[in-house]
Amino acid sequence: MNSPKIKIKPFGVHAILIEWPHTVNEQILEIILQYQVILQSNGFADPDWEMVPSYNSLMLVNRKHEIDHNKLTLELENYYTQLGHKDKTSKFLWRLPVCYDQEFGLDLQEVGAKLNISIADIIAMHTGAQYTVFGIGFLPGFMYLGGLNEKLEVNRKVSPRAKVEKGAVGIAGKQAGIYPQESPGGWNIIGNCPVPIFDASKENPCFVNVGDKIEFFEISRAAYKLHKIEAEVGIYQPEKIQLNA
Amino acid sequence: MLKVLKAGFYTTVQDEGRFFYRNKGVPVSGVMDEMSVFKVNSLLENERTAAVLEITMTGPTLVFEEETYIVLGGAKMLATLNNLPIQNYKVYQIEAGDIVSFGKLVKGFRCYLGVKGGFTAKKILGSRSYYKPITESNRFKDGDVVAYEYQQLFQPKISELKVASFLDDTILHVCKGPEFDLLTDRQLEELFSKTFTVAQENNRMAYQVHETITPHNLSMLTSATLPGTVQLTPAGKLIILMKDGQTTGGYPRVLQLTDKAICILAQKRVGNPINFKLV
Repeated sequence: MNSPKIKIKPFGVHAILIEWPHTVNEQILEIILQYQVILQSNGFADPDWEMVPSYNSLMLVNRKHEIDHNKLTLELENYYTQLGHKDKTSKFLWRLPVCYDQEFGLDLQEVGAKLNISIADIIAMHTGAQYTVFGIGFLPGFMYLGGLNEKLEVNRKVSPRAKVEKGAVGIAGKQAGIYPQESPGGWNIIGNCPVPIFDASKENPCFVNVGDKIEFFEISRAAYKLHKIEAEVGIYQPEKIQLNA
Repeated sequence: MLKVLKAGFYTTVQDEGRFFYRNKGVPVSGVMDEMSVFKVNSLLENERTAAVLEITMTGPTLVFEEETYIVLGGAKMLATLNNLPIQNYKVYQIEAGDIVSFGKLVKGFRCYLGVKGGFTAKKILGSRSYYKPITESNRFKDGDVVAYEYQQLFQPKISELKVASFLDDTILHVCKGPEFDLLTDRQLEELFSKTFTVAQENNRMAYQVHETITPHNLSMLTSATLPGTVQLTPAGKLIILMKDGQTTGGYPRVLQLTDKAICILAQKRVGNPINFKLV
């Protein structure tokens, strides 16, 4: 496959942005991640460089030094030509439990009424899809998930909630996500995931990486309570499947 | 230990920031006004990474339980050590039981208190900077304690610094942001000719301004942002991300503040004027 053209733009004195065509596309995301691997193995790593991939872009930021944009642009273009099939990235599918009980699925009825679908069908469609993590941002550990069933596309709530619970599973427009901690939020809440997506006490505070896949499966209230306790004491490990190994 | 008798408006522990977790959505945090903190830490002959207190608008009342040395910098506040006035950028020796308190804010918005060796609040993900929920609290409460190391002997090479203050500066130097080229001539004219005033919505996450520029209907996919990124909302509102700002965003990033401009803006409060100037 020919690699799509990139645009390289300065982003202040410490950062540079590489952009791919403006489209939500898994192949482009894979190219971005492969390119990130190449850059990491060529010195764009700790302690100076950080990279933030998201949808169709990759930002490189140097925390210490100002960068020479012209020189760096040439280098980056050169590394881009080294992109090949062998640079497979390591990705995982994470299977995350969700309790859709009415205690957690605050907007299930409203969404069902708006879309004219039964709650059982909402759950079936939400658990029936595989989601791609196109970005992590907004809050620590907040995943931008693509792959929502078109039939579940519903507008954000007219008035956002001042407080959405930690673990709340939401949908809005074409996106699905989990609130990694309590926060204000305007997404429609359909359930809750007892597995903490972000845990600052761990060396790797967020097990998910951009490019990973997510699936949800339904659990009962009893299982939710159990997993919640297991997660709190740190013995619940979400099911993890290596992709393209 | 440092004991917080009265917390004041918004006081936090901050160091250089929390790096290498931006790809997990963790803001870098860290001191808002790096230039002032650099001077504070230099006078104390501290490492650049030493954590200081960032004191916003209304200062706290603090008791030092061990001997040490302190320096204030940044905003000018009427501060006292055991009821005697103290000045910015001057090393003061502290005895056990000494009380530092802060009165009226005279100029600027964020004052820094550095201590010899730095505050040793718990490091989480490589940084001592307060940011909830990474750290338990997001600011001081009455009765909080923060650790620092006892320092008995310190002979500062320089005990006082006369600094050129930038607290009155209103010009923020900016680079072009990634979406700069999407701006219309009219928007450009507005951005660089208008004087903007800091809105009530200003904090460690972002500063907003009252004035708007011509609205747009450009759309982009969520992409990385930085402290100092100026976002333009469809309604024409400008949002300037600061140190606790989110790591990605979906609004066009029209400008990027220089490091110095971030420091200048960090010392502004509601109603203060600012102008953008392209470098």
